[in-house]
Amino acid sequence: MNVHEYQAKELLKRYHIPVPDGRLATTPEEAEKAFRDLNVPIAAVKAQIHAGGRGKAGGIKVVKSAEEARAAAKEIIGKVLVTHQTGPQGKQVRKVWVEAGTIPEKEFYVGIVIDRKAEKPVLMVSPAGGMDIEEVAAKTPEKIFKEEVGLAGLQPFQVRKLSKALGLDPALQKQALPLFTNLCRMFVELDCSLAEINPLAVAGGKILALDAKLNFDDRGLFRHPDVEAMRDIHEEDAAELEAAKIGISYISLDGNIGCMVNGAGLAMGTMDVVKLAGGSPANFLDVGGGATKDQVTAAFRLLLSNSNVKAILVNIFGGIMKCDVIASGVIEAARAVKLSVPLVVRLEGTNVEIGRKLLAESGLALTSATDMADAASKVVAAAGR
Amino acid sequence: MSVLVGPKTKLICQGLTGTAGGFHSGQCMKYGTKLVGGVTPGKGGTTWTSAEVPDAKVPIFDTVAEAVAATGANATMIFVPPPFAADAIMEAADAGIEVIVTITEGIPTVDMVKVADYLKGRKSRLIGPNCPGIITPGSCKIGIMPGYIHKPGRVGVISRSGTLTYEAVWQLTSRGIGQSTCIGIGGDPILGTTHTDAVRLFNEDPDTDAIVLIGEIGGTGEDEAAAYIKKHVKKPVVAFIGGQTAPKGKRMGHAGAIISGGKGTAAEKMAALSAAGVTVCVSPADIGSSMEKVLKSKAGKGKKAAKSARKPASPSRQAKRARAAKSGRVRRK
Repeated sequence: MNVHEYQAKELLKRYHIPVPDGRLATTPEEAEKAFRDLNVPIAAVKAQIHAGGRGKAGGIKVVKSAEEARAAAKEIIGKVLVTHQTGPQGKQVRKVWVEAGTIPEKEFYVGIVIDRKAEKPVLMVSPAGGMDIEEVAAKTPEKIFKEEVGLAGLQPFQVRKLSKALGLDPALQKQALPLFTNLCRMFVELDCSLAEINPLAVAGGKILALDAKLNFDDRGLFRHPDVEAMRDIHEEDAAELEAAKIGISYISLDGNIGCMVNGAGLAMGTMDVVKLAGGSPANFLDVGGGATKDQVTAAFRLLLSNSNVKAILVNIFGGIMKCDVIASGVIEAARAVKLSVPLVVRLEGTNVEIGRKLLAESGLALTSATDMADAASKVVAAAGR
Repeated sequence: MSVLVGPKTKLICQGLTGTAGGFHSGQCMKYGTKLVGGVTPGKGGTTWTSAEVPDAKVPIFDTVAEAVAATGANATMIFVPPPFAADAIMEAADAGIEVIVTITEGIPTVDMVKVADYLKGRKSRLIGPNCPGIITPGSCKIGIMPGYIHKPGRVGVISRSGTLTYEAVWQLTSRGIGQSTCIGIGGDPILGTTHTDAVRLFNEDPDTDAIVLIGEIGGTGEDEAAAYIKKHVKKPVVAFIGGQTAPKGKRMGHAGAIISGGKGTAAEKMAALSAAGVTVCVSPADIGSSMEKVLKSKAGKGKKAAKSARKPASPSRQAKRARAAKSGRVRRK
């Protein structure tokens, strides 16, 4: 789960990490009032969407008066921002964060992720602040410095090493110690999957987080109802949300062949085989290892809610869940949703013969396939008609 | 004839009295696995029976340590819900269980960081979490895979996924190619047994002739396995990487299946494996046929090798070769 910048900063503040003073506004009037409340000569009006690259897309304005703040908010709120992270459809701005202006003397990058190989969180810092860290990693990897975070937490000597790498003077190093330590503590305590401050700025002898991005491990959210409450459903894909509700794993893609598969690995493999056959998958969909009739029905509805879908491929390997049960589910579901596009079904596994017989005798206009390659070529042909 | 589990495996199930734990334990017993106990805190002293195997009365214990003391169990299958699963794994390791198979999906990553640390320096091997389990066909099934699709034989199978493994195994079995052991290492970012660990086990197993390695996007486990294969493995390896068409930054069902920071793509992994001499299938439909081809060509080479080996090498040369093999200096053909 992702949260907005203003929410991330609220959480940073809880962990005593300095952030600029700011107010949330959902209307130009609120933005005007926010500027007055802040009582500063200069402020930034920042679009709140779950994507980076807002500045370049016109989602961040620097303002010097309450009137300017109001005008900036009027321009930004409601606007659809297209950045390199939003996709071509962009994201609509619903609120802005009005924040006291800071003129940074220096900017750094700070981020924590789980290092899968080391099996622990790793803190990364770079003097190349404000830049896209992926680009820094690709072009100048020597500018990234890392420290692994053990169960005992980040240690002072590790902060000293990183401070040295960033070229912090003793006064700034004194501020970096609690900042880095608390950031690492927050990462673990709140089940983060990414905690990023970019840039971390030095201004007037103080270190503070100018921008922040937090992602959370969905599987740890049960421990953090306060973080869960920060979920903004406007930022999430409607179909993906619907799928999560019914216990299905679904990702929207931009092709025209709807895929329904049991198991995540087989679902990815099915997408690959569709592509190899010259088609393009409209989605990733895992109905789960023990798909029930209700789940299959719900999955069909989801697939059909995407108007790009020209044909559907069902690929099921029946293990513990038997093929005849799945076939009955597919038949009932196809009838219930009054399936309007060609359907190709490939079944394999337990009781496959009975399952195939049921499909053949169902009277539904569906095509049976014998293996994955056969299924893919049939569905691609059907979608092209 | 197998790795990690076999006829000597004595299994307990943590979470036996739950719906999934009970159902799958029954299936495992039916397959022939020796289920000697179950652990459910608060239900110690009771017994559990399966509808599948009504004669068997399985004792339930409050703790894993008690179960081990009473039954001599050396393996466990964990179906404990995610919030309590990390604790269950550590409890099993503390009790000295050798093979800990964790089926549970959804354990928070931070919990697995703690588990990984706890397991360091202990003799326990964790398989999973978020995996279908491990099976040595014909002798021991620990997990949720359908037993009958497997066939005893000499190909080792390693995979991060469930149904895709069944698909691959089925492609092998329907061609008459049996399996020594199939290990589902799991779909999570932090795993007890990695691709490399599993490759090493099969490489050292005298009864495994070839390996199927199934990977997917996310992480660098397959790349590390490729490096290991290049250096140490002479047995043929056939691989498939799922998610060649997966978009960046999206989690494809499995918690670990995500291309993050542009890293962990299928293309990178396929290139690394190819460079290590592995036969990489582009389509998951070709795993079985590729293995069939590889085994046939190996059999052909084997005959040639047998001919040329008629003249025995001098003892000193043999010793040299053995030393080289031990130190891993033998170059791959």
